[in-house]
Amino acid sequence: MSREQLSFVRSHMLPEAPPPTAETGAIKWLRENLFSSPANTLLTLVSAYVIFKIVMGAAPWFINGIWDSPSLTACREILGGKVGGCFAVLTERWNQLLFGFKYPPELYWRPTLAFVLLFVAVAPVLFIKYLPRKLLVFTGLYPFIAFWLIWGGPIATPVFALLGVLVGIFVYFRLLRTSAGVAVIAGFLAALVFWILSGYLKAPFDGFLAMEAVASRDMGGFMINLMLGVVCVSLSLPIGILLALGRQSSMPIIKWICVVFIEFIRGVPLITLLFVANVVLAYFLPPGTNFDLILRVIIMITMFSSAYIAEVIRGGLAALPRGQYEAADSLGLDYAQSMQLIILPQALKISIPGIVNVAVGLFKDTTLVSVISMFDIVGMIRGPILASPEWNGVYWEVFGFACVLFFITCYGISQYSQWLERQLQTDHR
Amino acid sequence: MTTMTDPPRASFQLSSLIYDTRYRSYTFQFIALVLLMLLIGYLGMNLIQNLASQGQDISYRFLGEPSNYDINQRPIEYDSRSTHLRASIVGVLNTLIVAFLGCITATLFGVTAGILRLSPNWLVRKLMAIYVEAFRNVPVLIWILIIFTIMTAVMPAPNQFRGEDASASMLFDSFAFTNRGVYTPAPIWGPGSLVVVLVFLASIFGVFYYRHYATKLLYDTGRLLPMGWPSLVILFVPTILIYFIMGRPISLDYPELRGFNFGGGLHIRGSLIALWFALAIYTGAFIAENVRAGIQAVSRGQTEAAASLGLRPRRIMNLVILPQALRVIIPPLISQYLNLTKNSSLAIAVGYMDVTGTLGGITLNQTGRAIESVLLLMLFYLTISLSISAVMNVYNNSIKLKER
Repeated sequence: MSREQLSFVRSHMLPEAPPPTAETGAIKWLRENLFSSPANTLLTLVSAYVIFKIVMGAAPWFINGIWDSPSLTACREILGGKVGGCFAVLTERWNQLLFGFKYPPELYWRPTLAFVLLFVAVAPVLFIKYLPRKLLVFTGLYPFIAFWLIWGGPIATPVFALLGVLVGIFVYFRLLRTSAGVAVIAGFLAALVFWILSGYLKAPFDGFLAMEAVASRDMGGFMINLMLGVVCVSLSLPIGILLALGRQSSMPIIKWICVVFIEFIRGVPLITLLFVANVVLAYFLPPGTNFDLILRVIIMITMFSSAYIAEVIRGGLAALPRGQYEAADSLGLDYAQSMQLIILPQALKISIPGIVNVAVGLFKDTTLVSVISMFDIVGMIRGPILASPEWNGVYWEVFGFACVLFFITCYGISQYSQWLERQLQTDHR
Repeated sequence: MTTMTDPPRASFQLSSLIYDTRYRSYTFQFIALVLLMLLIGYLGMNLIQNLASQGQDISYRFLGEPSNYDINQRPIEYDSRSTHLRASIVGVLNTLIVAFLGCITATLFGVTAGILRLSPNWLVRKLMAIYVEAFRNVPVLIWILIIFTIMTAVMPAPNQFRGEDASASMLFDSFAFTNRGVYTPAPIWGPGSLVVVLVFLASIFGVFYYRHYATKLLYDTGRLLPMGWPSLVILFVPTILIYFIMGRPISLDYPELRGFNFGGGLHIRGSLIALWFALAIYTGAFIAENVRAGIQAVSRGQTEAAASLGLRPRRIMNLVILPQALRVIIPPLISQYLNLTKNSSLAIAVGYMDVTGTLGGITLNQTGRAIESVLLLMLFYLTISLSISAVMNVYNNSIKLKER
């Protein structure tokens, strides 16, 4: 067959034609994501209808919302029969929702300042790659500053507490050469001795730089949730690590102490532990000691969350290949060194999502203290606000506000943890 | 070069308790044990002193005394003259009821939401993501209170169902949603209903037997029996037949307005519904994440391999994907059930009389027996948790991948 006999032979490439309109841009996206099959179309229409109903129901409630009114009846009068939210309860009770109803109003700046400083203190830990390490010094000082700001009292209390910690750290580093375990115990004992002594030492300084003291029972609102959350999570991390190491330990007695503790705490609901803090713990303390309720609650919640964190970290430890342990041994590192340098950095990295889950769960669980008649944000809403004659009957606005506060905090934390996981990713994928 | 393999067998010195790794662990354990003993002794001494100073003792005799309080939801016979022990048992049963209902509903919500989160439909995917994030990030106590508020403050009062121009009406004339709870039809078990129930139970076994037989036949001979419609036939046809043969022994008792309230039917209280649904929706959000993670954990290659073997999509799902996904899903699912059971102790916030409300609430306050009550309460939850963990361990071992 010669070339001439063929009817047509293309001698050059055609330019690319644009794809059909149904296969590009928004239409393609719609076809693929919303209307790919009859069942999908139905699902799309149903969900669009649901969204439409919700938006149409909620929109007037938000748009007609009243932000300024002294009481629910006044608010209903302004609305005059229209659908609308009485957000005035939030503006009117703003301070109660955040600080509780007994915290002295002229001192609101102190917890607010402590809250702002919290971000300054936490930032170097959260963004350790991007901020200078020297800022960590402030993180170390923050607990003492925050204590002084929130509880007030003479500055000598937090200063001597800080000095005790410094003494402990000093002793720890002096003895580190001998043995890490001995150093930890000795450092702890030294700090304890110093704190006991400082009870006598600090008396002369009691008038110095003293701020007005606020009793724990005067605190309330979202402040309590934040305080409990931050304090208990930061305390339970080191305890959780120790418990996890103890549970993995080859020493049977230590292992069993840890196992019993962890399984017991994980087996009971937090609310029973709060009952313990509320009514039982007093029986186990020396007669006459009057332990602060917040402190008792902090102890119980810390025990609770450290057991959960211990299990998460144990998972991380177990996930490490045996070779890592053997490699650390073959380098001649002792137990403390191998844990500190080889095992824990990797195990903690694996456990980040779990730890964050525990932290978020714990923060949500701080609302349970309202059951033992502490006035955290839920306690404030159920007690002083909904029971007051002005605002009896306004539910959605206050509960919605609490939801928003918790959602922002918890969602923020989990987003951060996902970001951190990506940052710490060392495998190349 | 074998000189350094054995350390010299030095004689035991006091310093080797700290420096010699062979003895050091004994030192630490000894110290830990002594500290533990000291702590327990210290706490015990304080307890004895405190009890002595208040003239109290530890005794469980209060369990045998009359409780003098009423419980509004009684699965077993109980009145205010019954003992505290019986009140606690009622509480335990109420806890188990709400936990059981909650677990089933949470699984339904969770599995649905988890599968829909992987749907090809963008809108559905986003809606489910909103559901999961909204419920995971807000405390369950707030959800319980919100649903309780809906049940008590938004639902119409029973008298609104009255009259010609009633502002509220019953759903299908059989369900009444009121601010005192939900009234639903209740079954009346007439004579002969036992037979119907037994036949129904037997048909459930029949279905399992049929499926077992069909699988065995498939593996032995390669013959494939239909699974779907025969199961349904076995499940329902004998029961319905016997129901009519016995002369319809089971009938429904419909709730109706009597006086100021509804009478008849089954009364489900608002507190139970609030607790049940809040726990179910909240836990469902967590289960949804587990389900999604489980399905995503099965690599795409498995689907493709199954397809290249010539399996059809439904069989791929049933025979290849699900068995592998379930291995990932079930352990966290069980621990979510456990969490739900423990969270059901929040019943105390809405006045549902579970074991925390009876034993840890009213009994504790009436008798002042704090230590005993809280201890019993903890033991109850501990028993449930530990037995479920034991079952879990057995299950985990049975599905463990047999490697090497």
